[in-house]
Amino acid sequence: MTEITCPNCGARPIEEYRFGGEFPAVPESVIGDEARNVDYVWFFNNHDGPSTERWFHDAGCRRWLTLHRDTHTDRAI
Amino acid sequence: MNEFVETLLSLDWHDPADTKRAYEVVIIGAGGHGLATAYYLATRHGITNVLVVERSYIGSGNSGRNTTIIRANYGIPESVRFYQHSVDLYSTLETETDCWIMHETKGLMWLAHTESGMRAERSRALINSQCGTDTVVISPEEAKDLCPQLDVSGGGRYPVRGGSYHPGGSTARHDRVVWAYAQGAMKHGVHILQNTEVIGLDRNANGAVCGVKTPSGTIGAGIVMSAVGGRATTVANMADVRLPIRTHALQAFVTNGYAQGFGPILSSTELLTYVSQTARGQMLIGAEFDPQPTYSTQTSFEMLQSVSTKVAVLLPFLRNLRIMRQWTGICDISADFSPIMGATGVDGLCISTGWGTWGFKAIPAGGEQMADYIANGRPSAMIAPFSLTRFAADHPMADQGSTGTR
Repeated sequence: MTEITCPNCGARPIEEYRFGGEFPAVPESVIGDEARNVDYVWFFNNHDGPSTERWFHDAGCRRWLTLHRDTHTDRAI
Repeated sequence: MNEFVETLLSLDWHDPADTKRAYEVVIIGAGGHGLATAYYLATRHGITNVLVVERSYIGSGNSGRNTTIIRANYGIPESVRFYQHSVDLYSTLETETDCWIMHETKGLMWLAHTESGMRAERSRALINSQCGTDTVVISPEEAKDLCPQLDVSGGGRYPVRGGSYHPGGSTARHDRVVWAYAQGAMKHGVHILQNTEVIGLDRNANGAVCGVKTPSGTIGAGIVMSAVGGRATTVANMADVRLPIRTHALQAFVTNGYAQGFGPILSSTELLTYVSQTARGQMLIGAEFDPQPTYSTQTSFEMLQSVSTKVAVLLPFLRNLRIMRQWTGICDISADFSPIMGATGVDGLCISTGWGTWGFKAIPAGGEQMADYIANGRPSAMIAPFSLTRFAADHPMADQGSTGTR
Protein backbone atom coordinates (compact mmCIF):
# COMPACT_ATOMS: atom_id res chain seq x y z
CA MET A 1 0.00 0.00 0.00
CA THR A 2 1.49 3.36 -1.00
CA GLU A 3 -1.32 5.80 -0.30
CA ILE A 4 -4.39 6.21 1.89
CA THR A 5 -7.43 8.36 1.14
CA CYS A 6 -8.14 10.74 4.01
CA PRO A 7 -11.75 12.01 4.23
CA ASN A 8 -10.42 15.54 4.83
CA CYS A 9 -7.31 15.71 2.66
CA GLY A 10 -7.86 13.15 -0.11
CA ALA A 11 -5.29 10.61 -1.29
CA ARG A 12 -1.93 11.10 0.42
CA PRO A 13 1.24 9.00 0.64
CA ILE A 14 1.30 6.43 3.42
CA GLU A 15 4.34 8.06 5.05
CA GLU A 16 2.02 10.84 6.25
CA TYR A 17 0.00 8.40 8.37
CA ARG A 18 0.50 6.47 11.55
CA PHE A 19 -1.03 3.02 12.07
CA GLY A 20 -3.25 3.15 15.15
CA GLY A 21 -4.37 -0.44 15.58
CA GLU A 22 -7.30 -2.73 14.92
CA PHE A 23 -10.86 -1.77 15.71
CA PRO A 24 -12.53 -3.06 17.79
CA ALA A 25 -9.44 -4.26 19.60
CA VAL A 26 -11.00 -6.90 21.88
CA PRO A 27 -13.30 -9.51 20.33
CA GLU A 28 -16.62 -10.52 21.96
CA SER A 29 -15.25 -14.00 22.63
CA VAL A 30 -12.97 -12.68 25.38
CA ILE A 31 -15.03 -12.77 28.58
CA GLY A 32 -14.41 -11.15 31.97
CA ASP A 33 -13.13 -7.68 32.88
CA GLU A 34 -9.62 -8.80 33.78
CA ALA A 35 -9.21 -10.90 30.63
CA ARG A 36 -10.58 -8.07 28.48
CA ASN A 37 -8.18 -5.58 30.04
CA VAL A 38 -5.16 -7.82 29.42
CA ASP A 39 -6.36 -8.44 25.89
CA TYR A 40 -6.84 -4.72 25.24
CA VAL A 41 -3.32 -3.89 26.42
CA TRP A 42 -1.31 -6.74 24.91
CA PHE A 43 -3.07 -9.00 22.41
CA PHE A 44 -3.85 -8.50 18.74
CA ASN A 45 -6.38 -10.03 16.36
CA ASN A 46 -3.74 -9.97 13.62
CA HIS A 47 -6.29 -11.02 10.98
CA ASP A 48 -5.10 -12.46 7.70
CA GLY A 49 -7.79 -10.82 5.59
CA PRO A 50 -10.28 -7.91 5.74
CA SER A 51 -9.67 -5.76 8.83
CA THR A 52 -11.05 -2.53 10.22
CA GLU A 53 -8.36 -0.21 11.49
CA ARG A 54 -7.80 3.25 12.92
CA TRP A 55 -5.14 5.43 11.30
CA PHE A 56 -3.91 8.88 12.30
CA HIS A 57 -3.15 11.45 9.61
CA ASP A 58 0.00 12.64 11.34
CA ALA A 59 1.46 14.94 8.66
CA GLY A 60 -1.91 16.16 7.34
CA CYS A 61 -5.13 17.18 9.08
CA ARG A 62 -4.08 15.38 12.29
CA ARG A 63 -7.40 13.58 12.61
CA TRP A 64 -8.19 9.90 13.05
CA LEU A 65 -9.84 7.93 10.30
CA THR A 66 -11.25 4.42 9.94
CA LEU A 67 -9.75 2.33 7.17
CA HIS A 68 -10.92 -1.01 5.80
CA ARG A 69 -7.85 -2.87 4.66
CA ASP A 70 -7.18 -6.41 3.47
CA THR A 71 -4.03 -7.41 5.37
CA HIS A 72 -3.56 -10.38 3.04
CA THR A 73 -2.88 -8.12 0.08
CA ASP A 74 -2.12 -4.88 1.98
CA ARG A 75 -4.75 -2.98 -0.04
CA ALA A 76 -7.54 -0.67 1.12
CA ILE A 77 -11.01 -2.12 0.46
CA MET B 1 30.86 -26.57 -10.44
CA ASN B 2 32.10 -24.58 -7.49
CA GLU B 3 32.73 -25.32 -3.83
CA PHE B 4 29.22 -24.23 -2.86
CA VAL B 5 27.60 -26.75 -5.18
CA GLU B 6 30.11 -29.51 -4.51
CA THR B 7 29.48 -29.37 -0.80
CA LEU B 8 25.67 -29.42 -1.08
CA LEU B 9 24.19 -31.77 1.46
CA SER B 10 22.25 -34.78 0.34
CA LEU B 11 19.19 -35.09 2.53
CA ASP B 12 17.87 -38.53 3.45
CA TRP B 13 14.12 -38.04 3.06
CA HIS B 14 11.66 -40.62 4.30
CA ASP B 15 8.97 -41.80 1.90
CA PRO B 16 5.86 -39.62 2.61
CA ALA B 17 3.80 -42.83 2.27
CA ASP B 18 5.54 -44.13 5.41
CA THR B 19 4.18 -41.27 7.52
CA LYS B 20 2.74 -42.78 10.67
CA ARG B 21 -0.76 -42.09 12.03
CA ALA B 22 0.58 -40.72 15.29
CA TYR B 23 3.83 -39.34 16.72
CA GLU B 24 5.08 -38.49 20.17
CA VAL B 25 5.82 -34.91 19.02
CA VAL B 26 4.44 -33.04 15.99
CA ILE B 27 6.13 -29.75 15.09
CA ILE B 28 4.30 -27.36 12.76
CA GLY B 29 6.73 -25.47 10.53
CA ALA B 30 9.99 -26.81 9.09
CA GLY B 31 11.98 -23.63 9.37
CA GLY B 32 15.08 -23.21 11.46
CA HIS B 33 13.31 -23.27 14.82
CA GLY B 34 11.09 -26.27 14.05
CA LEU B 35 13.94 -28.35 12.62
CA ALA B 36 16.39 -27.36 15.36
CA THR B 37 13.84 -28.44 17.98
CA ALA B 38 13.46 -31.81 16.21
CA TYR B 39 17.24 -32.15 15.96
CA TYR B 40 17.83 -31.44 19.66
CA LEU B 41 14.92 -33.69 20.70
CA ALA B 42 16.63 -36.53 18.81
CA THR B 43 20.24 -35.84 19.78
CA ARG B 44 19.91 -34.50 23.34
CA HIS B 45 16.86 -36.33 24.62
CA GLY B 46 16.63 -39.48 22.47
CA ILE B 47 13.09 -38.56 21.33
CA THR B 48 13.00 -39.59 17.67
CA ASN B 49 9.29 -40.35 17.22
CA VAL B 50 8.90 -36.82 15.84
CA LEU B 51 7.18 -35.38 12.76
CA VAL B 52 7.82 -31.91 11.34
CA VAL B 53 5.02 -30.74 8.99
CA GLU B 54 5.60 -27.96 6.51
CA ARG B 55 3.09 -26.32 4.15
CA SER B 56 5.78 -25.61 1.54
CA TYR B 57 9.43 -26.77 1.46
CA ILE B 58 11.92 -26.68 4.33
CA GLY B 59 13.26 -23.20 5.06
CA SER B 60 10.76 -21.59 2.69
CA GLY B 61 9.63 -19.01 5.23
CA ASN B 62 11.70 -16.53 7.17
CA SER B 63 14.59 -18.98 7.57
CA GLY B 64 15.27 -18.33 3.90
CA ARG B 65 14.47 -14.60 3.93
CA ASN B 66 16.66 -13.07 6.62
CA THR B 67 19.98 -11.23 6.60
CA THR B 68 21.86 -14.13 8.31
CA ILE B 69 23.34 -12.03 11.11
CA ILE B 70 24.24 -13.76 14.37
CA ARG B 71 24.90 -11.59 17.43
CA ALA B 72 24.27 -11.35 21.15
CA ASN B 73 24.53 -7.60 21.88
CA TYR B 74 20.99 -7.26 23.23
CA GLY B 75 19.65 -4.77 25.74
CA ILE B 76 18.30 -6.76 28.70
CA PRO B 77 20.17 -9.43 30.73
CA GLU B 78 17.77 -12.31 29.97
CA SER B 79 18.10 -11.70 26.22
CA VAL B 80 21.87 -11.24 26.29
CA ARG B 81 22.34 -14.60 28.05
CA PHE B 82 19.95 -16.39 25.71
CA TYR B 83 21.46 -14.99 22.51
CA GLN B 84 25.02 -15.50 23.75
CA HIS B 85 24.17 -19.17 24.23
CA SER B 86 22.91 -19.21 20.65
CA VAL B 87 26.09 -17.56 19.34
CA ASP B 88 28.11 -20.24 21.17
CA LEU B 89 26.00 -23.08 19.74
CA TYR B 90 26.36 -21.63 16.22
CA SER B 91 30.14 -21.58 16.51
CA THR B 92 30.26 -25.32 17.22
CA LEU B 93 27.43 -26.34 14.88
CA GLU B 94 29.71 -27.29 11.96
CA THR B 95 31.74 -29.70 14.10
CA GLU B 96 28.64 -31.10 15.75
CA THR B 97 26.61 -31.77 12.59
CA ASP B 98 29.53 -32.25 10.22
CA CYS B 99 27.81 -29.86 7.78
CA TRP B 100 29.45 -26.74 6.40
CA ILE B 101 27.15 -23.81 7.23
CA MET B 102 29.67 -21.17 6.08
CA HIS B 103 29.87 -19.77 9.60
CA GLU B 104 32.17 -16.76 9.72
CA THR B 105 32.92 -14.51 12.69
CA LYS B 106 33.20 -10.97 11.34
CA GLY B 107 32.60 -8.59 14.22
CA LEU B 108 29.61 -6.29 14.32
CA MET B 109 29.61 -2.53 14.63
CA TRP B 110 26.64 -0.46 15.76
CA LEU B 111 27.09 3.20 14.91
CA ALA B 112 25.53 6.13 16.72
CA HIS B 113 25.01 9.59 15.24
CA THR B 114 23.75 11.54 18.24
CA GLU B 115 24.67 11.90 21.89
CA SER B 116 21.58 9.97 22.97
CA GLY B 117 22.55 7.23 20.52
CA MET B 118 25.98 7.05 22.14
CA ARG B 119 24.37 6.81 25.56
CA ALA B 120 22.39 3.81 24.35
CA GLU B 121 25.57 2.15 23.01
CA ARG B 122 27.44 2.77 26.29
CA SER B 123 24.60 1.22 28.25
CA ARG B 124 24.51 -1.73 25.84
CA ALA B 125 28.26 -2.32 26.24
CA LEU B 126 27.93 -2.27 30.04
CA ILE B 127 24.96 -4.65 30.15
CA ASN B 128 26.64 -6.98 27.66
CA SER B 129 29.92 -7.20 29.56
CA GLN B 130 28.07 -7.80 32.83
CA CYS B 131 26.25 -10.73 31.21
CA GLY B 132 29.30 -12.34 29.64
CA THR B 133 29.08 -10.93 26.11
CA ASP B 134 31.96 -8.98 24.62
CA THR B 135 30.84 -5.50 23.49
CA VAL B 136 33.04 -2.38 23.69
CA VAL B 137 32.42 1.31 22.99
CA ILE B 138 34.43 2.61 20.02
CA SER B 139 35.37 6.06 18.76
CA PRO B 140 34.79 7.25 15.16
CA GLU B 141 38.51 6.64 14.45
CA GLU B 142 38.27 3.06 15.65
CA ALA B 143 35.15 2.59 13.53
CA LYS B 144 37.09 3.85 10.50
CA ASP B 145 39.93 1.39 11.27
CA LEU B 146 37.49 -1.50 11.44
CA CYS B 147 35.73 -0.44 8.23
CA PRO B 148 37.91 1.70 5.92
CA GLN B 149 35.00 2.29 3.50
CA LEU B 150 33.01 4.12 6.16
CA ASP B 151 32.47 7.88 5.74
CA VAL B 152 32.59 9.00 9.38
CA SER B 153 31.28 12.44 8.43
CA GLY B 154 28.07 10.69 7.36
CA GLY B 155 27.88 12.98 4.32
CA GLY B 156 27.65 15.89 6.78
CA ARG B 157 24.16 14.81 7.72
CA TYR B 158 24.67 11.75 9.93
CA PRO B 159 28.16 12.20 11.45
CA VAL B 160 29.41 9.10 13.26
CA ARG B 161 29.87 9.99 16.94
CA GLY B 162 31.08 6.50 17.78
CA GLY B 163 29.34 3.25 18.48
CA SER B 164 29.72 -0.17 19.98
CA TYR B 165 31.68 -3.11 18.64
CA HIS B 166 30.68 -6.72 19.22
CA PRO B 167 33.55 -9.00 18.08
CA GLY B 168 31.34 -12.12 18.31
CA GLY B 169 29.04 -10.89 15.52
CA SER B 170 28.99 -13.46 12.72
CA THR B 171 27.07 -14.74 9.73
CA ALA B 172 26.14 -18.19 8.39
CA ARG B 173 24.46 -19.34 5.20
CA HIS B 174 20.74 -19.55 6.11
CA ASP B 175 19.79 -22.46 3.79
CA ARG B 176 22.70 -24.51 5.06
CA VAL B 177 21.66 -24.03 8.67
CA VAL B 178 18.20 -25.35 7.78
CA TRP B 179 19.66 -28.30 5.85
CA ALA B 180 22.15 -29.12 8.61
CA TYR B 181 19.35 -29.39 11.18
CA ALA B 182 17.04 -31.23 8.77
CA GLN B 183 19.70 -33.79 7.87
CA GLY B 184 20.82 -34.16 11.49
CA ALA B 185 17.24 -34.78 12.60
CA MET B 186 16.39 -37.19 9.75
CA LYS B 187 19.58 -39.19 10.39
CA HIS B 188 18.13 -39.98 13.81
CA GLY B 189 14.76 -41.04 12.39
CA VAL B 190 12.75 -37.81 12.56
CA HIS B 191 10.16 -37.52 9.76
CA ILE B 192 9.74 -34.31 7.78
CA LEU B 193 6.60 -33.94 5.69
CA GLN B 194 6.72 -31.15 3.12
CA ASN B 195 3.85 -29.66 1.07
CA THR B 196 1.37 -30.47 3.82
CA GLU B 197 -0.55 -27.63 5.38
CA VAL B 198 -2.00 -27.92 8.86
CA ILE B 199 -5.65 -26.86 8.51
CA GLY B 200 -6.76 -27.49 12.08
CA LEU B 201 -5.84 -28.91 15.45
CA ASP B 202 -7.45 -32.09 16.79
CA ARG B 203 -8.71 -31.64 20.36
CA ASN B 204 -9.93 -34.30 22.79
CA ALA B 205 -12.92 -34.15 25.18
CA ASN B 206 -10.91 -32.16 27.74
CA GLY B 207 -9.97 -29.55 25.14
CA ALA B 208 -6.34 -30.68 24.99
CA VAL B 209 -4.64 -30.71 21.59
CA CYS B 210 -4.01 -34.32 20.51
CA GLY B 211 -3.14 -34.03 16.83
CA VAL B 212 -3.01 -31.96 13.67
CA LYS B 213 -5.48 -32.00 10.78
CA THR B 214 -4.06 -31.99 7.28
CA PRO B 215 -5.82 -32.30 3.90
CA SER B 216 -4.69 -35.95 3.81
CA GLY B 217 -6.02 -36.82 7.27
CA THR B 218 -5.42 -36.34 10.97
CA ILE B 219 -2.04 -37.14 12.52
CA GLY B 220 -2.09 -37.87 16.25
CA ALA B 221 0.41 -36.24 18.60
CA GLY B 222 1.39 -36.46 22.27
CA ILE B 223 2.34 -32.81 22.06
CA VAL B 224 2.10 -30.27 19.23
CA MET B 225 4.55 -27.40 18.88
CA SER B 226 3.85 -24.39 16.69
CA ALA B 227 7.05 -23.09 15.14
CA VAL B 228 5.45 -21.12 12.32
CA GLY B 229 6.65 -17.58 11.61
CA GLY B 230 4.32 -14.85 10.40
CA ARG B 231 1.27 -17.12 10.52
CA ALA B 232 1.62 -17.87 14.25
CA THR B 233 -1.75 -16.26 14.92
CA THR B 234 -3.50 -18.51 12.38
CA VAL B 235 -2.25 -21.66 14.14
CA ALA B 236 -2.92 -20.28 17.64
CA ASN B 237 -6.49 -19.38 16.62
CA MET B 238 -7.10 -23.08 15.84
CA ALA B 239 -6.83 -23.66 19.61
CA ASP B 240 -8.47 -20.34 20.62
CA VAL B 241 -5.16 -18.98 21.95
CA ARG B 242 -4.72 -15.19 21.81
CA LEU B 243 -1.23 -13.93 20.98
CA PRO B 244 0.49 -10.56 21.43
CA ILE B 245 1.74 -10.88 17.88
CA ARG B 246 1.40 -8.65 14.84
CA THR B 247 2.58 -9.81 11.43
CA HIS B 248 4.73 -7.22 9.65
CA ALA B 249 6.67 -7.41 6.39
CA LEU B 250 10.45 -7.04 6.53
CA GLN B 251 12.34 -6.29 3.34
CA ALA B 252 15.98 -6.72 2.39
CA PHE B 253 18.03 -6.61 -0.80
CA VAL B 254 21.42 -7.50 -2.29
CA THR B 255 23.60 -5.64 -4.77
CA ASN B 256 25.89 -7.07 -7.41
CA GLY B 257 29.33 -8.24 -6.34
CA TYR B 258 31.72 -5.82 -4.65
CA ALA B 259 35.22 -6.97 -5.57
CA GLN B 260 36.94 -5.57 -2.49
CA GLY B 261 36.52 -7.22 0.86
CA PHE B 262 34.06 -5.70 3.30
CA GLY B 263 35.05 -7.12 6.67
CA PRO B 264 32.58 -6.34 9.44
CA ILE B 265 28.83 -6.26 9.78
CA LEU B 266 27.88 -2.60 9.91
CA SER B 267 24.72 -1.31 11.44
CA SER B 268 23.22 1.98 12.51
CA THR B 269 20.54 1.83 15.15
CA GLU B 270 19.46 5.39 14.48
CA LEU B 271 19.25 5.07 10.70
CA LEU B 272 17.78 1.57 11.16
CA THR B 273 19.84 -0.17 8.55
CA TYR B 274 22.44 -2.94 8.49
CA VAL B 275 24.99 -4.03 5.90
CA SER B 276 27.19 -7.08 5.44
CA GLN B 277 28.91 -8.86 2.57
CA THR B 278 27.79 -12.33 1.50
CA ALA B 279 30.22 -15.13 0.65
CA ARG B 280 29.59 -14.36 -3.03
CA GLY B 281 30.66 -10.76 -2.54
CA GLN B 282 27.24 -9.16 -2.79
CA MET B 283 26.35 -6.42 -0.34
CA LEU B 284 23.37 -7.49 1.75
CA ILE B 285 21.30 -4.62 3.10
CA GLY B 286 18.34 -4.66 5.44
CA ALA B 287 16.18 -2.20 7.31
CA GLU B 288 13.31 -1.94 9.77
CA PHE B 289 9.99 -3.73 9.26
CA ASP B 290 7.13 -1.98 7.44
CA PRO B 291 4.95 0.10 9.81
CA GLN B 292 1.56 -1.51 9.11
CA PRO B 293 0.81 -5.20 9.77
CA THR B 294 0.43 -7.31 6.63
CA TYR B 295 0.66 -10.88 5.37
CA SER B 296 1.64 -9.70 1.89
CA THR B 297 5.19 -10.44 0.72
CA GLN B 298 5.06 -7.63 -1.83
CA THR B 299 8.29 -5.61 -2.02
CA SER B 300 8.20 -1.85 -2.39
CA PHE B 301 10.16 0.81 -4.24
CA GLU B 302 9.72 3.17 -1.26
CA MET B 303 11.80 0.87 0.90
CA LEU B 304 14.60 0.61 -1.69
CA GLN B 305 14.62 4.38 -2.01
CA SER B 306 14.70 5.25 1.69
CA VAL B 307 17.21 2.57 2.70
CA SER B 308 19.56 3.19 -0.23
CA THR B 309 19.63 6.89 0.60
CA LYS B 310 20.54 6.26 4.23
CA VAL B 311 23.09 3.53 3.65
CA ALA B 312 24.90 5.29 0.80
CA VAL B 313 25.53 8.22 3.14
CA LEU B 314 27.59 5.97 5.42
CA LEU B 315 29.16 3.83 2.68
CA PRO B 316 29.53 6.02 -0.43
CA PHE B 317 30.93 3.14 -2.54
CA LEU B 318 27.45 1.59 -2.57
CA ARG B 319 26.36 4.30 -5.04
CA ASN B 320 28.34 2.51 -7.74
CA LEU B 321 26.66 -0.84 -7.20
CA ARG B 322 23.39 -2.10 -8.67
CA ILE B 323 20.54 -3.66 -6.73
CA MET B 324 20.04 -7.23 -7.91
CA ARG B 325 17.31 -8.79 -5.79
CA GLN B 326 14.85 -7.65 -3.18
CA TRP B 327 12.68 -9.88 -1.00
CA THR B 328 10.19 -9.78 1.84
CA GLY B 329 9.43 -12.04 4.76
CA ILE B 330 6.47 -11.77 7.09
CA CYS B 331 7.59 -11.58 10.70
CA ASP B 332 5.82 -12.40 13.95
CA ILE B 333 6.56 -9.21 15.88
CA SER B 334 5.64 -9.50 19.57
CA ALA B 335 4.30 -6.61 21.62
CA ASP B 336 7.55 -6.28 23.63
CA PHE B 337 10.00 -7.25 20.84
CA SER B 338 11.09 -10.41 22.65
CA PRO B 339 10.35 -14.05 21.77
CA ILE B 340 7.61 -16.16 23.34
CA MET B 341 8.53 -19.75 24.21
CA GLY B 342 6.75 -22.50 26.10
CA ALA B 343 3.18 -23.22 27.18
CA THR B 344 0.11 -21.70 25.52
CA GLY B 345 -2.41 -22.38 28.31
CA VAL B 346 -3.92 -25.20 26.21
CA ASP B 347 -2.72 -28.71 27.13
CA GLY B 348 -0.81 -30.45 24.38
CA LEU B 349 0.12 -27.26 22.52
CA CYS B 350 3.36 -25.35 23.04
CA ILE B 351 4.70 -22.49 21.02
CA SER B 352 7.87 -20.82 19.85
CA THR B 353 6.97 -17.47 18.33
CA GLY B 354 7.58 -13.73 18.51
CA TRP B 355 10.79 -14.21 16.57
CA GLY B 356 10.11 -11.08 14.56
CA THR B 357 13.26 -9.84 12.89
CA TRP B 358 15.61 -11.60 15.37
CA GLY B 359 14.82 -15.28 14.75
CA PHE B 360 17.75 -16.52 12.66
CA LYS B 361 20.39 -15.87 15.31
CA ALA B 362 18.25 -17.66 17.88
CA ILE B 363 17.75 -20.90 15.94
CA PRO B 364 20.20 -23.12 17.92
CA ALA B 365 19.27 -21.82 21.38
CA GLY B 366 15.55 -21.62 20.60
CA GLY B 367 15.55 -25.18 19.26
CA GLU B 368 17.62 -26.55 22.12
CA GLN B 369 15.50 -24.89 24.81
CA MET B 370 12.17 -25.88 23.21
CA ALA B 371 13.41 -29.49 22.93
CA ASP B 372 14.30 -29.28 26.62
CA TYR B 373 10.84 -27.89 27.38
CA ILE B 374 9.11 -30.71 25.47
CA ALA B 375 11.28 -33.42 27.04
CA ASN B 376 11.00 -32.15 30.62
CA GLY B 377 7.54 -30.57 30.54
CA ARG B 378 8.74 -27.31 32.08
CA PRO B 379 10.77 -24.35 30.81
CA SER B 380 14.44 -24.01 31.72
CA ALA B 381 15.59 -20.99 33.74
CA MET B 382 16.88 -19.52 30.48
CA ILE B 383 13.50 -19.35 28.74
CA ALA B 384 11.14 -19.08 31.74
CA PRO B 385 11.14 -15.23 31.49
CA PHE B 386 9.93 -15.55 27.88
CA SER B 387 6.65 -17.32 28.68
CA LEU B 388 3.33 -16.20 27.20
CA THR B 389 2.01 -15.57 30.72
CA ARG B 390 4.36 -12.60 31.19
CA PHE B 391 1.85 -10.32 29.46
CA ALA B 392 -1.07 -11.04 31.80
CA ALA B 393 1.39 -10.55 34.68
CA ASP B 394 2.36 -7.15 33.22
CA HIS B 395 6.01 -8.13 33.04
CA PRO B 396 7.00 -7.54 29.40
CA MET B 397 10.60 -8.15 28.30
CA ALA B 398 10.89 -4.87 26.39
CA ASP B 399 14.16 -5.00 24.51
CA GLN B 400 15.46 -2.05 22.52
CA GLY B 401 18.31 -4.25 21.31
CA SER B 402 16.05 -6.12 18.89
CA THR B 403 16.58 -5.26 15.26
CA GLY B 404 14.27 -2.74 13.66
CA THR B 405 12.80 -1.46 16.90
CA ARG B 406 13.05 2.02 18.25
